[in-house]
Amino acid sequence: MDFFVSTFPMYLAGAGITLLLTVAGSALAFVLAMAVGILGTLRNPVARGIATFYTEVFRGVAALVVMFWLAFAIPQITPYQLDINFAAILALGLNVGAYGAEVVRASINAVPRAQTEATVALNMSWARRTWRVILPQAWAQMLPTFGNLVIELMKASAIVSLVGVADLTQIANQQRAATGDTVLAFTSALVMYFVIAQVLVLGVRLLERRANRRLGRTPAGGGLLALLRPPAATTRAKVTAL
Amino acid sequence: MWDTEFAIGIIPQLLEGLVVTVQATVLGYAVALVLGLAVALIRRVRVVGPLVFAVFEFIRSTPLLVQLFFVFYLAPANLTPLTIGVAVLGVHYAAYTAEVYRSGIEGVAKGQWEACRALSLPPLRVWGAVVLPQAIRKVIPALGNYLIAMFKDTPLLFAITVHEMMFVADTIGSETFRSMEAYTLVGLLFLLVSVPSAIVIRRLERRYAAV
Repeated sequence: MDFFVSTFPMYLAGAGITLLLTVAGSALAFVLAMAVGILGTLRNPVARGIATFYTEVFRGVAALVVMFWLAFAIPQITPYQLDINFAAILALGLNVGAYGAEVVRASINAVPRAQTEATVALNMSWARRTWRVILPQAWAQMLPTFGNLVIELMKASAIVSLVGVADLTQIANQQRAATGDTVLAFTSALVMYFVIAQVLVLGVRLLERRANRRLGRTPAGGGLLALLRPPAATTRAKVTAL
Repeated sequence: MWDTEFAIGIIPQLLEGLVVTVQATVLGYAVALVLGLAVALIRRVRVVGPLVFAVFEFIRSTPLLVQLFFVFYLAPANLTPLTIGVAVLGVHYAAYTAEVYRSGIEGVAKGQWEACRALSLPPLRVWGAVVLPQAIRKVIPALGNYLIAMFKDTPLLFAITVHEMMFVADTIGSETFRSMEAYTLVGLLFLLVSVPSAIVIRRLERRYAAV
């Protein structure tokens, strides 16, 4: 009990760093995923080429390797030293963004062709068509997978402890060294990671409900409690399709 | 600056690391395939099933790196880091493959079960000769994706001193103060393995999706 009382503030601070990395990394990943995903749906071969190159490279190389490269290799050939937190966010965002881009591309392509044809018949511009018709429908479809990706990013953020960021994993390592109690030190961290994951799941499911309601699709099941139920099998699988 | 001669010089060392990386991946994947199937089957049992599910749900929601540290510090001293790494990778990914198997089993048509019952086949043959062959065939591409995902997670083993590619690159970096070449080559070697395997998986998808 003493362990929890004395170390809880430290773990909380570590969890704060983990959350910060998750939010910042997700924001970067989201922007990249949207931009590159939309590029991938264009007819222009150059745009598609850029999108394919980005996704293949960053899905093919582990985030840890990218992070070490940014943090340790870049300062050697350039006069710039990236801030270690920034390098971590960049590596996580680039990695997860590549997975997200594929999700965005697939979701946009999955919107029925008749929708596009209708907008053409109504003489809508490309921007208007994408923003008002295609994206809202694709959005509802990409959200469940985005939720999984955010959790994967949160879990992957543990690698930043290897370059010296004081995240939850780093705190657990320090506590183990300080108290010698491996089980307690790491179990506390694991439980906090688990709680963060559950909160993230809840948030994404709220967003999903909103997106579906906006499209006039009534979500199944009742109040807030329904959100805590495990989701359908199709939304659970980790996105790794390369 | 980039030094090509130095880069060529360290390739043999990195390839040795790649061998360990591949070893860890293949062994860990074998654990994940067998354990995942076992978990998927046990989940159907009453009482024990939900309990096992909860445990693996927890494993799936927490970082692999922390699990590696946890087991590494607790394991008896006579276990090699590679053994620990393989075990943790295998159990972590079993949480994912179990879900894949489950979706495959649920995808087997109801008529197949009914036919088994009509022929009063013993449970062993129902599973061994009817359900699993159909279920597993359908999920082969999904399982393949996890092989690639696992391959890309092996650099984490470097944290528990397994001498895989990332560990070799890190050692070269700290000995020669030249990490640019080492880390870049590690990235390229990863691409060299994961891009062709992704193409193979896509072929598998085309072949088995039609079933």
